[in-house]
Amino acid sequence: MSPSGGAALRVTEAVPVFAALGDATRLGLVGRLSVEGPLSITRLSEGTGVTRQAVTRHLHALGDAGLVRDARRGRERVFELDLQRLDVARRYLDEISRQWDDAAQRLKAFVEEE
Amino acid sequence: MTIAAPEVQDMTSTDRIEKRVEVRASRSRVWRAIATAEEFGAWFRVNLEGEFAEGETTRGKITIPRYDHVTVALQVERIDPERYFSYRWHPYAVDPAVDYSAEPTTLVEFILDETEGGTAVTIVESGFDRIPLERRAEAFRMNDGGWAGQARNLAQHVS
Repeated sequence: MSPSGGAALRVTEAVPVFAALGDATRLGLVGRLSVEGPLSITRLSEGTGVTRQAVTRHLHALGDAGLVRDARRGRERVFELDLQRLDVARRYLDEISRQWDDAAQRLKAFVEEE
Repeated sequence: MTIAAPEVQDMTSTDRIEKRVEVRASRSRVWRAIATAEEFGAWFRVNLEGEFAEGETTRGKITIPRYDHVTVALQVERIDPERYFSYRWHPYAVDPAVDYSAEPTTLVEFILDETEGGTAVTIVESGFDRIPLERRAEAFRMNDGGWAGQARNLAQHVS
């Protein structure tokens, strides 16, 4: 029932990811990167009402959590999502959900065995 | 409300995990298994000390091999005999190096309904959106949108 060793999620891995996503601006950036693909800071600042400096700061926060990384595209520096890292955040809930599946089955077996 | 559902049904969203399981046992039998600390511990696999009481915290060590280093603390919220039982705790608090006490708790609820063949147990754990990331829900929704497939492919590819 339990996932194979490598898939076991350590909660310490998930916490910084969740913390980094707990901000409307950063979540908005993640949203745009997920829809539009890799973007430069200039593009990410457009139409947000947030300054370039603030966007840069938020991208660093997302980068520290391993959610976003920067890359070169020609002469431009672009930011892109690290999908694997985001998958870690999702797996946190999946893991808890799986534990409840097991617990529900054990409860069923426990009350039905008499 | 007599929906036949032999397996555990999953109604999980971003803030809450919801499971519904039909058991062939009377409601009073199921109630005892849930609301008595000793019986709860037997199937949940935790060595609880003391009894459940509203407003009280009951502690115990998990007895599942991979998690047997974990001590859980159940803060019992409401006991409505044979119908409803709820407690708060820190979900998945499995890392001994982390102090979870300052983090928000989630609410776990057990709701019992009589069915033709026995009892329907609904288990709800909610409040995940308040755990360090307010907006996680939206991130997960996005994840299920455009690029969930990509993420999955990538994860499969690298693992």
